[in-house]
Amino acid sequence: MYGNDFSAPENTPGGGLLGEVEAAEAALREAATRQRGAAGPDADLEAYFADVIDADQKIEPRDWMPEAYRKTLIRQIAQHAHSEIIGMQPEGNWISRAPSLKRKAILLAKVQDEAGHGLYLYAAAETLGISRDELVQLLLDGRQKYSSIFNYPTLTWADVGAIGWLVDGAAIVNQVPLCRCSYGPYARAMIRVCKEESFHQRQGYEILHTLAHGTPAQKAMAQDAIDRWWYPSLAMFGPPDGDSTHSAQSMAWKIKRFSNDELRQRFVDMCVQQAEILGLTLPDPDLRWNDDRQAYDYTQPDYDELMRVIKGNGPCNRQRMEHRRRAHAEGAWVREAAAAYAAKHTSREKVAA
Amino acid sequence: MSTERAPLWEVFVRPRRGLAHTHVGSLHAPDAELALRNARDLYTRRQEGVSIWVVPAGAITASSPDEKDAFFDPAADKVYRHPTFYEVPDGVAHL
Repeated sequence: MYGNDFSAPENTPGGGLLGEVEAAEAALREAATRQRGAAGPDADLEAYFADVIDADQKIEPRDWMPEAYRKTLIRQIAQHAHSEIIGMQPEGNWISRAPSLKRKAILLAKVQDEAGHGLYLYAAAETLGISRDELVQLLLDGRQKYSSIFNYPTLTWADVGAIGWLVDGAAIVNQVPLCRCSYGPYARAMIRVCKEESFHQRQGYEILHTLAHGTPAQKAMAQDAIDRWWYPSLAMFGPPDGDSTHSAQSMAWKIKRFSNDELRQRFVDMCVQQAEILGLTLPDPDLRWNDDRQAYDYTQPDYDELMRVIKGNGPCNRQRMEHRRRAHAEGAWVREAAAAYAAKHTSREKVAA
Repeated sequence: MSTERAPLWEVFVRPRRGLAHTHVGSLHAPDAELALRNARDLYTRRQEGVSIWVVPAGAITASSPDEKDAFFDPAADKVYRHPTFYEVPDGVAHL
């Protein structure tokens, strides 16, 4: 039991994004009740796979799947898992300097959640026939990526709020549709992750709200954090639809449900109203409601910058990777000790038996 | 760390008194005790359960999806195993 754990959640169906997560969970259960036998020995496996996906049912680890489907899922889930692990660094940066014990305890719990999310996702990726060790090695070798957003520095306490509100907010908008992903283990991991992510977003929003209603210096600090995190958060949705390599196929396979630009628009529309209540502004002079589109027009993020960051040349790429590699290398003796201890006890048990 | 040294464990959690253990996921750990502690931190942070089982993944034998139909056939073709198979004469109570 942790001091700041909350008791059982209320039984009110969540509105908004949390409601969508619950609906996805219900759909998952409902799909499972629609009987579908396994592919028989002479079945056309590709046709069978297409049928399962068309019927909005889940592909499970031991089902036949196209090699490209397997590969794209490994790439996406691994990148997702790596992002959770690397994402602990920018926030971990402020644990020892949080302004109150309450905020420190919340931040500790949040970073712990992120480790958990990484582990759920590595476990989901492993069902596709790759080991976590291989995935970790691919990350350490720089052959697999993590989200570009974690290559930006956290310069003030307000950045912790901006990350919660904008970065976790963008992550949720991106991840809620993944709760309906055609690959069962990924969909189930996403349902777990989204439920926990939603109050990360709320805790960030609360930090900003407190600062925005504090002293002028606190308010200025909150505004400065939003100014710096807004465009990198918009870039989290990936390149515009025309330049996205994997989108079309991923949508056909129902891995993704919406395009990058659709999700980005949804995020912008959500944030405008939330920023108003904070009493802070989004740093885009061209942000305005478009009555024809029933959505906000906004300035696109700098995709050249996104590409630079993805290629390894953002503000903190080297620092993040060095930190991860050092932790892995310096922890080697501890992992060896744990394995040796386990081996010793296994051999003793064998002797006793 | 090689997977050899931290094998995969499957985690089952019983959410409340009176319910069955349910598979919630998996994790890597060098031994059962660490698997249990990590499972506690990973899968029951929010009071999701009151009891945990961890099982080495290698100890589990699974039925295979391609033999599913033949394997589970007896359940379908012995209709007399279901109570609805039997006709109950009119007027019989409590049967």
